[in-house]
Amino acid sequence: MTILQLQNVSLSLGGKKILHELSVDFWQGHIHALIGLNGAGKSTTANVIMGISGYTDFDGDILFEGASIKGLPVYERARRGITLAWQEPARFEGLSVRRFIQSGAKDKSEERVRAVLEDVGLEPDEYIHRAVDKTLSGGERKRIELAGILAMEPKLVLMDEPDSGIDIEALERIFQALQKLRENRVTVILITHSLTVLRQAEHAFLLCCGHLVDKGSTDKIARYFENKCIPCLHPNPEKLVAEGSRVQ
Amino acid sequence: MSNSSLIETLYESIGVNPHSLRQDPNIAHIEIHHNKVLGVHLVPGLEVNARETKNGIDAKLLVKKDTVIEKPVQMCFGMIPETGLQEIILDIELEENARAGIFAHCTFPFARQIRHEMDAVIKVGPGAQYAYFERHIHGGEGGVVVVPKSRVEVCEGARYQTDFELIRGRVGEIQMDVEVTGMTKSVTEVTARVSAIKDDRISIRETAHLVGEYARGVLTTNIALQDTARAEIYNTLTAHAAYARGHVDCKEIVKGNAVAKAVPIVEVYHPKAHVTHEAAIGSVDSKQLDTLMSRGLNEEDATNLIIEGLLGVPLLSNG
Repeated sequence: MTILQLQNVSLSLGGKKILHELSVDFWQGHIHALIGLNGAGKSTTANVIMGISGYTDFDGDILFEGASIKGLPVYERARRGITLAWQEPARFEGLSVRRFIQSGAKDKSEERVRAVLEDVGLEPDEYIHRAVDKTLSGGERKRIELAGILAMEPKLVLMDEPDSGIDIEALERIFQALQKLRENRVTVILITHSLTVLRQAEHAFLLCCGHLVDKGSTDKIARYFENKCIPCLHPNPEKLVAEGSRVQ
Repeated sequence: MSNSSLIETLYESIGVNPHSLRQDPNIAHIEIHHNKVLGVHLVPGLEVNARETKNGIDAKLLVKKDTVIEKPVQMCFGMIPETGLQEIILDIELEENARAGIFAHCTFPFARQIRHEMDAVIKVGPGAQYAYFERHIHGGEGGVVVVPKSRVEVCEGARYQTDFELIRGRVGEIQMDVEVTGMTKSVTEVTARVSAIKDDRISIRETAHLVGEYARGVLTTNIALQDTARAEIYNTLTAHAAYARGHVDCKEIVKGNAVAKAVPIVEVYHPKAHVTHEAAIGSVDSKQLDTLMSRGLNEEDATNLIIEGLLGVPLLSNG
């Protein structure tokens, strides 16, 4: 069953068209990947879905559970069940991990905060009173952000570059949390240019220069991406894609 | 109003139960209303001599050599009436290797036209440690002018921490002036956290002179301004000796038509000293806002949570 549907979504920023008539269906309870090289429009797509300021003036429509969310502010989309894990999570000077996680949690009890910290492999006693600031590493902040998302109990999670700036152990913990989301029938959209992250997904969509180039099983898209995108030989792939050709 | 009733009213305004405070003989406490010392309970090694003046008190606090006071001394200054002047003169000394903390509550819950002045001279003796947390609780009218002034000497190997908090009730007007001199291997941390609304006015001057080798100092000011509030922050850090290290950090969040000014001044008089500064003034960070709104908080709730974080938690816990 489709939970999120992009219908001919186009977006221009600073006079340049970034997304070109994207039409994509995401299925409830599945893990999807949006993959592409830098500049493909992956993060832009995530920001458009979340309704981030600067990414709201687009053509086309976005349906969530069958209803348009176009024009809804970020927090209304979140209240309907959509959330975003950022490529580089924000720092909050002075704000404790507990308050941060509680801010969006359905169950705001300390027990729940502790449970989600354990879910992402962080020792609650060590972290619950710390501030979400520069004293935490990038990997710790990512895991705390994910703990906050688990506490929120969303229906759909956009995860922007979950492997960015973190070590192998942190990534492994994030993948474990991903499985927990899968078990809870949460829809996940991974935004990535990494084959390792891509392989966590069940379905993949390949973007290039704001166009949807291909879609299908993870194996199929991984082969395509590995063989034809990573060693991209096209001096102007945007022109090729715009003309309707697949990048060869 | 009797002394006991005044004590009850003062503590009630700050949300502290005076009976629970009195049940623990290891917690020293002092209560002062206008120019009356309402109550004093001391612990071994702590001496207090207070003299009532026309509009306040003149007090000497001494923590004797090697004394360690485990639980923060609770001080409650305040005025219950709507108008008046309170002048507090403090002479605080921690002798060699003494350790103590003071949690000072300054409460003016019904203020319409009150002026509270504090003039403190503090000496933290060699190897001593002194932490002072001052929490102001004002009413909603903004009719308070607060003028705290401190001159502090932090001796060799000593540690001085002070944290001024005014985030509950209207600021009214504050003119704060703290100047610290840090000797060899001393540590100085001066923090001010203030939230202002409407036509509140803030003027803060934090100064630290690191005159001894290996002296360290950090000056931190976190301010949130809304409506037409105004703030001027002057943080000055000077380093005069080898291996002195210091940092100045000023952050101000501005909303509405509020105006903020920050002037960090760093001066280094020795080639082996090192001082840094950081000042950030602006609206609430958009990424922080987007993050919290993507958890379902609306913009106002998200902003309030960010400000709550910026204004932080106190240095000492209550009691």
